[in-house]
Formats: sequence, structure tokens, C-alpha cells
Amino acid sequence: MMGRRYFQGKNSLFLTIGAGVLITLLVVFIITPILGLFFRITFEQFLASLSDLVVWNALILSLVTASISTLVIILVGTPVAWINARHQYPGREIVDTLIDLPLVLPPTVAGLALLLAFGRMGLIGSIFYDYGISIAFTTLAVIIAQIFVSIPFYIRQARASFEQLDPMYEHAAKSLGSPAVPTFFTVILPLVKAGLIGGAIMSFARALGEFGATIMFAGNFQGRTQTMPLAIYTAMQGDLTAAITLSVILIIISFLIIALVKFKLRGYTER
Amino acid sequence: MAVRRDLREYLLEAEFTVRQGEIMVLIGENGSGKSSLLHLIAGLLPPGSGHVKIGEQVLYDSMNGIHVPPEYREIGLVFQNHAVFPHLTVFENIAFGLRRRKVPEPEIRERVGEILARVSLENLSGVRGDQLSGGERQRTALARALVISPTLLLLDEPVSALDAVAQERMRSYLHTYVKTSNIPCIVVTHSFRDAASLGDQVGVMERGRIIQNGDLEEIRGNGSHFLHQFFCGCRKDSCHL
Amino acid sequence: MKFSWIIPVTAVFLAAILLTGCTGNQAEPGKTELTVFAAASLTGALTDMAETYETSHPGIHVVLNFDGSQALRTQIEQGAYADVFLSANTKHLYALRDQGLMENSSIGLFAKNKLAVITPASNPGNMTTLADLARPGTRLVIGTKDVPVGDYARQILKKMGNDSTYGPSYTASVLANVISEETTVTGVVTKVQIGEADAGIVYESDITPENRDRFLVITIPDQYNVIAEYPAGIAGSSAHKDEAAGFLAYLKGEQGRAILAKYGFALP
Repeated sequence: MMGRRYFQGKNSLFLTIGAGVLITLLVVFIITPILGLFFRITFEQFLASLSDLVVWNALILSLVTASISTLVIILVGTPVAWINARHQYPGREIVDTLIDLPLVLPPTVAGLALLLAFGRMGLIGSIFYDYGISIAFTTLAVIIAQIFVSIPFYIRQARASFEQLDPMYEHAAKSLGSPAVPTFFTVILPLVKAGLIGGAIMSFARALGEFGATIMFAGNFQGRTQTMPLAIYTAMQGDLTAAITLSVILIIISFLIIALVKFKLRGYTER
Repeated sequence: MAVRRDLREYLLEAEFTVRQGEIMVLIGENGSGKSSLLHLIAGLLPPGSGHVKIGEQVLYDSMNGIHVPPEYREIGLVFQNHAVFPHLTVFENIAFGLRRRKVPEPEIRERVGEILARVSLENLSGVRGDQLSGGERQRTALARALVISPTLLLLDEPVSALDAVAQERMRSYLHTYVKTSNIPCIVVTHSFRDAASLGDQVGVMERGRIIQNGDLEEIRGNGSHFLHQFFCGCRKDSCHL
Repeated sequence: MKFSWIIPVTAVFLAAILLTGCTGNQAEPGKTELTVFAAASLTGALTDMAETYETSHPGIHVVLNFDGSQALRTQIEQGAYADVFLSANTKHLYALRDQGLMENSSIGLFAKNKLAVITPASNPGNMTTLADLARPGTRLVIGTKDVPVGDYARQILKKMGNDSTYGPSYTASVLANVISEETTVTGVVTKVQIGEADAGIVYESDITPENRDRFLVITIPDQYNVIAEYPAGIAGSSAHKDEAAGFLAYLKGEQGRAILAKYGFALP
């Protein structure tokens, strides 16, 4: 009937325009602050800032700590995610909730909690301190803070990936004589690789951007604990140019990492 | 073997023997526990009580606390959904079990090559598992289970995805294989032709129990709905049998 | 009915709007809202003062923003709205003045402060004298170089380095013991309070009757100490310059000074 077709046509046009507006708004919302940074600094200022030691110290420290944190998270998180995905055990629900806890904890609270636990007056920290090992206010503390806030990102993603994997593949491998551990590496891991990598990226990004817990637990000291977010915050209150330079670098790096991994992933999913 | 397991909806309880070189076909309605029985025998489902033996070799005995893990049972298993590894090529899929057993490389190439020819997959040996059609996957799964020279074959719908001609060919290959390697074999199927051409013994399962066990002609005489559907594709009341 | 969900949803929606309206920080009708940016070291004193000021001036509602003076300065430079700026050193407020962002005629000192070294009451670092600050392995927390308390601390350390009693290597040794640079003085106080730092350099005003028993104090002799000068001024962008002036008058008047003295500040 003519009437109905006309109505449907109008409806879909409306929807298309609506979707277009929504997407444009979202893109503008995200891009504007980022572009704002790029426009507030000249290229010469940027280059000059690059030779500043504050910038380099923060950059190297951030990249190194975030990489170590992500590595630890992968090594520890993968088995845990696997076990929680496939096996029932008493208390599993509690473990799941605990793993999610750092997600909802404000980072500053997390930092304070870490300090009270691992600081030299802390529950566990005091034991280490007696042996001459200081945890708080060291680069180790930076890594611990990063791991604390980022590990839920990886474990949730890994667990979802494992749960989505058809158990039949493991059964087939078993029936062909492959015990649990070799099966994990030859059959399971290759099939969930994309998901795990995605989770690792998220964790890395979160670790790179971590601020509240770091400044509380690791403190703010150039070269030792002053990661890029801390350096930006400190610089912002004195030397805006340095802060902008750091921010621009951080954005470029984040962008590169995401792009790089997406590119690699395309190889896995489209083949 | 005599097995008894507690499944969710009902108790799976079965007791039967399959002789070497003999094929037992299991038929029954969906949900009657046929696939579960195969999983049980393979050791993939958690045990209940009973025992499973191949000849003198005990795979599972609840009274003596013996449970051989599935990876050491030397059983060839073909699943209903094939479970062909999507990230490996056809060749690697078939070679998987052999590699696990540390079979030397030249021997792997020879055995895999031979079985590829038997299932007509030589041209596809380099194709990845996720690029295969249903029929190609099923043949790969079959080859994968047979190449390891298992001591027991468990097949769940082994030829369902193939066309009629390929089905015939596979059935005859299976038959020969079982007879020449003299191993026991259990086939779960919905197909009358499978039962007819493969089954030395036919078991009918219903709600977890084997209610009938014998050769084809004995079973035929029973008057259940399902069996009528199975044998002549007609309803009980409208059947001329 | 298909749309029977609309009624409960609308009800919840309206309730949410009403609630935010009631509890929001909006100025109640008729009241003038005065936005005061104050250095973190003034937290106790200004919170008190805001209360008493509101009691005696019912038409005014004081909104306080505490942070390191350098952070507040950056905020104002970037366009944040403030009526009054109370800074812990002249450097930041004068910088704003030089950029034309302040009402120049309103600028004046209202308080003074001195610095002191504090240690946790349990004194885990065994600190007794200023010389102990240079001892290797001491865990020291100070402010960043931009926050007034950090700037002042560095000035003091330099003064001591120039004095023969401590010697030129003193400054470097002490700075080498720094384990964290905080962006507000409150951060320094906290780290010392929970025992994670052996010592911190803070304002004398940070030691109050309430927290006195949590710290041990090592005084810094006047010859090395700096007189921290606290200026206040009306922001150029203020829309309530008269009310702001009234507040500043109170701050420098009898009642304001009494409160400041109570919180450990010296007075000009």
C-alpha cells in the first residue's frame, strides 16, 4: 500500500540522520579536547620540551613500568581466568567479586589502601621493612599500583574469551591424547589469542594512565616514581608547555599502541 | 562394559559388550543419552559408578578406584559437531594425535598422506580448519580419529554431513577399517542406512537405558513409535508393517 | 497496556530532577555565592571562617576550593571562576596580577607563616636535629618546586647550605633523601602522619591542637626560616566585587585574624 511504504521510507531516513548526528557528536566530543592540546603548543616548543629531562624520565618510566605490569598481569591473570572459566570450586564467586573490586574502587582509595597495606607501617609492608625491603615510594610501588588497578580489565576479558570457547575442542584434543597443559598451549591459546590481546591492551592503557593510586602509594619523584600522568599533573601547575608536551606524547603513544595491536589482530581475525 | 552415571534429567545406566571387530550401532531419540554414553566411555564426562574395559585393559573401575584420564585411553572419537581445530590445517588436524605420541616426522607424513587419500581430502591438506565445508570437516574429524590406530572407536554421527555417494564410500571404509584392525566400535546415529550397513549389533536407547539390544531384525519387530519412524519413516498407526 | 511502563519511569525521572534540585550546590534564591580559592594550608582556618562569616552575613554563601596555590593559579589562568584568591606565597598571586587577572587595588597580605620539620610521633627515622635530614636513608617528603611550601623548603635548605654550620653539601644530601614531592602541603602532612615518611617540611600552622600528638616537631631557627607571606586579592573576573571586598575586610579584621591565629598563623 502506498501509504505504508511512504511512512517506512520517512522512518528510515529519520533514523539515518539521527544515527549520523549521534556519531558526529560523539566523535567531536572525543576529538576536541585532544585537538585542543595540539593547538596550544607550537612545534618548536614541542621539540624544545622533548630535550627536557623531566619529559624523558617520565616517558621511559611509564613505558617500562606499564610493560612490566602488563606482563605480570598476563602471566598471573591467564591461568586464573582459565580456572574460573572452566572449573567450579568453593568460593569461586567470592574470588570473582574480589577480582572486580579494583574496578569500582576510586584510584586514590586504592592508593591509600595499598599504602596502608604495603607501606612500612603496613600490614604486610612492615614485615618486608624489617628485612630492609622498602616497597612504598619505589618503582616497585608504581608497578604494584598499576597491576592493582589494571588486572580486572585483563581477567574479565580473558575469562569471557575462555568461556566463549567451545569445550569440544579441548575434548577433541584430550581424546587424541593431549593432556591439559599441552592442550592449553596448542589448542586453546591460539583460538582465544585475539581476545587475550584485546584485554592486554586495555590493561596496558589503564596502567599507562594510572594516577591516583600511584601518587598515593609510590609518591611523586622524578625518575623513580614520576610516571607521565604524574609528571603532567605536576608540570601543569608550573610549566604548562612541559605539561602539554607530555600530554601530546602520551596521546601519540597510546594511539600508536592501539593502532599497532589492531593491525596485528586484523591478521588473526580475517585470515 | 557396564556403566552407570547420574545425568541431570535421568540416570544413565547401561551395560553391554562389544566384541573386537564388531560395530555396535546406538539409536534412539534425541536426549536419550547416546552422545553422553560415548563421552562417558571416553572419560570426558565425570564418572559415576561402574566399569569400562577394553579386553583386559581397565579404563575405569569405580570399585577399585581406577580412572584412566581420557588423554591416555587410546580411543578414537568423532564428535557430532566435528570439533575440527579451526586454526590448524587439515594436515595438522589429522597429524595432531600422532604428534602428541611423538611419532617421527616421516612416518607422520606417510600415515596422514595415506588416510587423506582414503577420505578424499588430498587436495585440501593445506586448508585451515575454519575454511572447510561441513562435509570436509567431518571427513577430517574421521581421519583424525582413525589415523592414531585407536583400540576403540566411538563415532557420533560420522557421516551425517556427507552426500549420499560419499556416505556409502565412508561407510564401507569404516567397515573395512574396523574389521581389519579388529577393534570394537560404537556408532551413534539417526540414520537407518548407517544401522543397516554398519551394525553388527544395534542398541536402542531411551531415557538413559538400553531397552533393546540385538541385531537389526530382532529390533525391527518392536512396536515403538520411534522405531517405526526409524525403520520405515512412517507413523505407528499408519504403518503397514 | 503497551505503554504502562511510561508512568513509573516518568515518576522516577521527575523525582530525580526534584532531588538534584534540592540537594545541588546551586545558590539558594536570594543568596550571593562567593567563590574562594584558598591555599591548602588554609583549609582549617578558612572552613571555620566561612561558617562564621555566613552566620553573620546571612545573604552570602561561601564556596571554598582548596588546593596548592600553584594549581589554583593555573585554574584561574585557564579561566576558572573565582571571586577571591588566597595564596600561600606572593609569587603566584603576583603572577596573576602581572597578567591583569586581579583587581590590583585589592591585593594585600593577610597572614604569615613559618615552616617546620615534622616527624611521626613514633619517630621511625630517629630524627632529632635538622642535621639528621641529611643522613643517608632518611625518608623525606616535601612539596614540588611549584607549590609554595615546596618552594619555601628549598629556599630554607639553600640558606642552610650557605651557612658554615651545615655546609654546601647539606642541601644536596637532604634533597637526595626526598622520596616524594607532593602537590599540596596536605599530602606531605598525610604521608608523615601515617608513618610512611621519616620527616616532612610543612608550615607551622599545619600543626594544630588536634593533631599535635601525632607529630614531633623540629623547629627551624629564624635565621634559616622563611617568612611565608600570604596575600589575598579579588579576582578580575569576579561578578561580586563588593561582596568579595567585604569578605577580605573580614579576613583582615579582628574576627578573621583571631581565627587565623587560632590555627597557628602569624599576623602582619
